[in-house]
Amino acid sequence: MSGSMHAESDCDGTRGMRKLLTSNEAVAEAVKLAKPDVIAAYPITPQSPIVEKLSEMVENGELDSRFVRVESEHSAMGVVIGAATAGARVFTATSSHGLAYMYEMCWWAAGSRLPIVMALAARSIGAPWNIHGDHLDLITLRDLGWIISVAENAQEAFDMTLNAFLLSEEVNIPVAVAIDGFTMSHTAEVVNVRQVDIPLRKQAYRILPEMEVALNAVAFGDARMLARYDLAKDLEESASSIEEKYGGLVERYRLEDAEYAVVVTGGLSGDVKDAVDMLRKEGVKIGVMRLRFIRPFPRKAVKELPSQVLVVDRANTDLRGVLSVEVAACGVENKNVVAGIGGKYPTVDELYSCLKRFVDGKLSDVEWLI
Amino acid sequence: MRLDPLFSKATAGSAGETGSWRNFRPVVDLKKCSGCKECFYYCPEGVIEVKGVARIDYRFCKGCGVCREVCMQKAIVMVQEE
Repeated sequence: MSGSMHAESDCDGTRGMRKLLTSNEAVAEAVKLAKPDVIAAYPITPQSPIVEKLSEMVENGELDSRFVRVESEHSAMGVVIGAATAGARVFTATSSHGLAYMYEMCWWAAGSRLPIVMALAARSIGAPWNIHGDHLDLITLRDLGWIISVAENAQEAFDMTLNAFLLSEEVNIPVAVAIDGFTMSHTAEVVNVRQVDIPLRKQAYRILPEMEVALNAVAFGDARMLARYDLAKDLEESASSIEEKYGGLVERYRLEDAEYAVVVTGGLSGDVKDAVDMLRKEGVKIGVMRLRFIRPFPRKAVKELPSQVLVVDRANTDLRGVLSVEVAACGVENKNVVAGIGGKYPTVDELYSCLKRFVDGKLSDVEWLI
Repeated sequence: MRLDPLFSKATAGSAGETGSWRNFRPVVDLKKCSGCKECFYYCPEGVIEVKGVARIDYRFCKGCGVCREVCMQKAIVMVQEE
């Protein structure tokens, strides 16, 4: 996480208050500003402090939202889908097994083209049981049709959450904001809590009681395929909005003259940047492309990478990491390191020696930093 | 973005004349029917109309027999279709 404070905030930061916040608390502060009509969530580590904070805000009158306590994450997503269908601004949060339990409803959310914001404190999924961070839960959202943003630090968790409401309501696609479990969710940093006015909710349709329509009844013939195509196309095209208004799909760190590039996402990026700084001091032309979004996948940026690419993953699909496969799918050959599974967090020194071996051509095609 | 694939509006017979699926036909004994509307409330297909007595739209009744089960007057019997 060191080095992570250098990330720029997406917006001007003219009005605001500097607070010491964990990424969980930063998400809650952003949600408070967005003034959701309905919040529904079920507690799960390491996400729980987000909704605990929000329920406190509702209880003490700081936030005028309906906080719906539910019996499961499946129900939490069901509640926000229902409320969003009626035109409510909504928020939920989960992690790990909670996301797995919510999984079916996440498909309904995307397919129904409902603006929904969900925070995901990314955590390992059992077995074996582990409460610490990696991206294996996050990656299960990949094929659903959600926009997926991944924050690097608490400030970005705040900015991305706030932006998620605007983006989601602009393109009618649910948006997930991921923060790394514990290393971000439970680690405090200084955050500029901007005081901004968020525009009123907008969305493609609302269903009100007097309307005699059915949503998502059987879609035979070409209807299902058309709906899926439109979602895929709109998701892809949301990239231009993200580039223009929401801070961009990627952050380029010391890439201008780079011959070597490391692709990484999330809080680990700060440590990778520190390792890159060490190599830069030795005269190695190396930089970082940090993926701020993994859906839509930043294909254009990835295709512009220098020829020597290393992808550092916190989630694997087979022996390879998921982002490595995604980068390869852009026609960019890459070496791959899988690290930080179940909170086995690499130190900057370990990352440095890994990057050093990459630059020296001594890294295998795929390695796990165990 | 096309919203049409997501929405449908209920119209009579949009899935064809589903009454042809029926194996047993509910028949109302009009002398016993009190017009209480219990069958109207419970009919999952919405094919019962009650104006004084219950009348069933056999074009769409699938013959599930829920009306027979809930009828407090025992005014409905299920008769096997030919």
